[in-house]
Amino acid sequence: MKTLIEAEGVCKSFGGLQALDTCSLSVPRGSIVGLIGPNGSGKTTLFNVMTGYERPTAGEIRFDGAPITGATPERVFGLGVGRTFQITRLFFRLTVLENILVATQRHEGWLRSVARRAGSAAEHNRALEMLEFVGLDQLANSPAGNLSYGQRKLLELASLLVADPAVLLLDEPTAGVNPVLIEQLSERIRELNRAGKTFLVVEHNMEFVMGLCHEVTVLHQGRTLVTGTPEEVRANPAVLDAYLGGGDDDDL
Amino acid sequence: MTARLTVRALLVAIAIVILGVFPLVFSNPTTTSIAVFTVIYMVAASSWNMFSGYSGYIALGHAVFFGVGAYALTLLANHLGFAAGWGIFALVPVAGIIAGLIAIPTGLIALRARRHTFVVITIAFMFIFQLAASNFAFTGGSSGLQPPTPLWSATSYNDHFYYVAAVILVATVALSWLVRRSRFGLQLFAIRDDEERARGLGVRVGRVKLSAFVLSAIPIGMVGGVYAYFLGQIFPQFAFDPLFDLSIALMAFIGGLGTVWGPLLGALVLESLQQYFTVQSGASQVYLIIYGGLFLAVILLLPRGVIPSVEDLIRRWRTRGATQDRSRGEGDGGRRADVVKAAGAR
Amino acid sequence: MSASSLAKAVIDGILTGGVYALMAAGLTLIFGVMDIINIAQGALIVLGAYMSYVLSVHLGIDLFVGLIITIPAFFVLGVFIEWAFMRRLRDQERTAMSILVTYAVAIIIEGILSVIFGVDFVQLQASYINSSFHLLGFYLPYIYVFGFLLAVVLLGVLYYILYRTHFGRGVRGSLQNRSAAELIGVNVNRVRALSVGIGVSVTAAGGMVFGATNSFNPSSGYDLISRLLSIVILGGLGSIGGALVAAVFMVTLEDVVAVVWSPVWATLVYYASLIVVLSFMPNGLFGRAAIRAQ
Repeated sequence: MKTLIEAEGVCKSFGGLQALDTCSLSVPRGSIVGLIGPNGSGKTTLFNVMTGYERPTAGEIRFDGAPITGATPERVFGLGVGRTFQITRLFFRLTVLENILVATQRHEGWLRSVARRAGSAAEHNRALEMLEFVGLDQLANSPAGNLSYGQRKLLELASLLVADPAVLLLDEPTAGVNPVLIEQLSERIRELNRAGKTFLVVEHNMEFVMGLCHEVTVLHQGRTLVTGTPEEVRANPAVLDAYLGGGDDDDL
Repeated sequence: MTARLTVRALLVAIAIVILGVFPLVFSNPTTTSIAVFTVIYMVAASSWNMFSGYSGYIALGHAVFFGVGAYALTLLANHLGFAAGWGIFALVPVAGIIAGLIAIPTGLIALRARRHTFVVITIAFMFIFQLAASNFAFTGGSSGLQPPTPLWSATSYNDHFYYVAAVILVATVALSWLVRRSRFGLQLFAIRDDEERARGLGVRVGRVKLSAFVLSAIPIGMVGGVYAYFLGQIFPQFAFDPLFDLSIALMAFIGGLGTVWGPLLGALVLESLQQYFTVQSGASQVYLIIYGGLFLAVILLLPRGVIPSVEDLIRRWRTRGATQDRSRGEGDGGRRADVVKAAGAR
Repeated sequence: MSASSLAKAVIDGILTGGVYALMAAGLTLIFGVMDIINIAQGALIVLGAYMSYVLSVHLGIDLFVGLIITIPAFFVLGVFIEWAFMRRLRDQERTAMSILVTYAVAIIIEGILSVIFGVDFVQLQASYINSSFHLLGFYLPYIYVFGFLLAVVLLGVLYYILYRTHFGRGVRGSLQNRSAAELIGVNVNRVRALSVGIGVSVTAAGGMVFGATNSFNPSSGYDLISRLLSIVILGGLGSIGGALVAAVFMVTLEDVVAVVWSPVWATLVYYASLIVVLSFMPNGLFGRAAIRAQ
């Protein structure tokens, strides 16, 4: 299956507001796809629909060819789709290590999960490996609430990675992050991509997107405007129109 | 095992010993009666905390399980012709299980809702059960029911109930501790902190919440049965009492919501206080003001409850200067840190 | 059971429901703006009843006239409660904490009332309480009708404040979307304090009517708050219109069931109706659907 995850003809409305209007998007296996568009174009809503947090009013979501429209977020994650949030979400009162361990909980019988300690030795090892990968292993026992902004984003990412998802949906991973960290983030994503992971990234930081993504899709008013390579999209006049006409934006 | 753990184990052992010899030392029936009620509330607060404290879903309807346990034991004892005496205590676990079974449909309905709505649904269920008990013939209507009365001597009468309740207490605390450090417990805490995100990380929140809800109903059902047998009489208003719900929530909260020992401390303090004031009639309504005032003081000054705040203080004093901290609210992270160090020795 | 007794039950339900609607509107307003469930609302109603009691028995002031004193007094009380207790609640566990905090306030109020007035039941008295309108073959007690009219007037005032004033716009904005309201410069602290003030001031009026139509004692708050919470949830948290519809619906349903089936089951049906409605509409009749992620 060439396309790993895709949205087809997705519509979603909230009361009177039409957030997505026959929106289609496909993410080829092993690629890094960027999703850009002015504020309010529906990017986060599309994420929510793709990961089961919202039900579309029409349309379909497919993962590896099989429909997953309306599946619960738990199930979507179990299939191998992980996602981050625009405003970094963590379990702030748990420690950094515990945050990672939540994602490693294998689905086993109820009785065993009460009797067994949270995190076997193997899971602890894997969790620590992941923390090392993002450079947070020294803070394993600190409450997640104590982390700096950039560290939180890394932890959020690490929590997903520990479950070895096939595709990651990242919602504005560089927002509010300093340039050095952005570069590190870029490198990590490339590394993971070389190892076989697929990415769909919502971003406003154009440099980041253009430098990282194989393919870019532009969303405008809930619809797919243009899809193509970063250069093609950059040169497309319709895209510029959408940004200037539709909403504010920075560094285009 | 670190020194810290040995100290803890020792404290637990001492607590169990105290629990065991209490009625032998303070054998005055008035005192042991207070002790029975206190232990019952310690179980209830601890059990409630296993669901509400760990998951963050404040349930104010667990009186349903208390009442169901009370009625179940009484009905079974009467209809199955149990002779008054030790035999009836065998029905206590059955009462607990029946309460657990009731928790399944009520939990399924209530847990579909968001947190705010959930609270109110649990309250509604409590009233529904209370009114049902008042209106059905088989539950004795508003006059209630009476279980058989055992013929134990007046001096040692209370002790029988005390020891049964104490055994239930030890089992409940053990369960609470086990859950807290388990995978199941971790998922509950994740739900507490950010349920939607927990879903996104694969936690089967529906299943986990319902399991915790049902689990928390069982010990409460059991002490409900003990309560009915101890009083020798149950009425709908006492069996299904909104004050019960509010009391156990308060107790768990004052001691430290989400901790293992917090609810016990809270129950110990508040129930003894309440019983003391009940005995001293005349000041009976003043205790409400003290209750409420105490509660507000704790919320505003020690918002996480007594035990976590005390632990924080101890920790801060111990690690003056260093930036170490634990945040599940209580210090069980100690053991985990050791495992981490052992596993992550690189 | 006859058509006329059924009709009477419906009329009683609507009249009483209107008063409950007023008290529930206060509760849902507080929740909508503050994300706080004010468990003390029941105790405050009882307090309002006792205030009217003191004014009428000890100072000879008429029940309705006394509201001129109690409503503003309760408004101030509400502002104080918000400032003293609610403001400190951290956002993270706001709702759970608010339940516990307001419960503490409720039991303190109950305790104080018990100490001052004792636990005996009392009821507000006035010349018109035992008389009725004779209309179309129905006897409508004066107090029920006046109480209903009072509720209508106050709800009308509430409507005016919410929909015709600048402040009201801020409140509605906060009800719909708190962060957006903050962003456009609504003075959130002021809106919150005044909203709680309004939400509590209606309990003075509701308390008076409640006290005139029921005997009460300091512990009467539990039953009241349970009923109000059910109304607010059924109507949809934060929706004042929903509280209105829900109040009239549930109270009327209960009165009708009492006549048609049996009074003994009526209250159970009241609470069961909440469960039934929520099974089909988990957010209540007019509640906002929860947006899952952000």
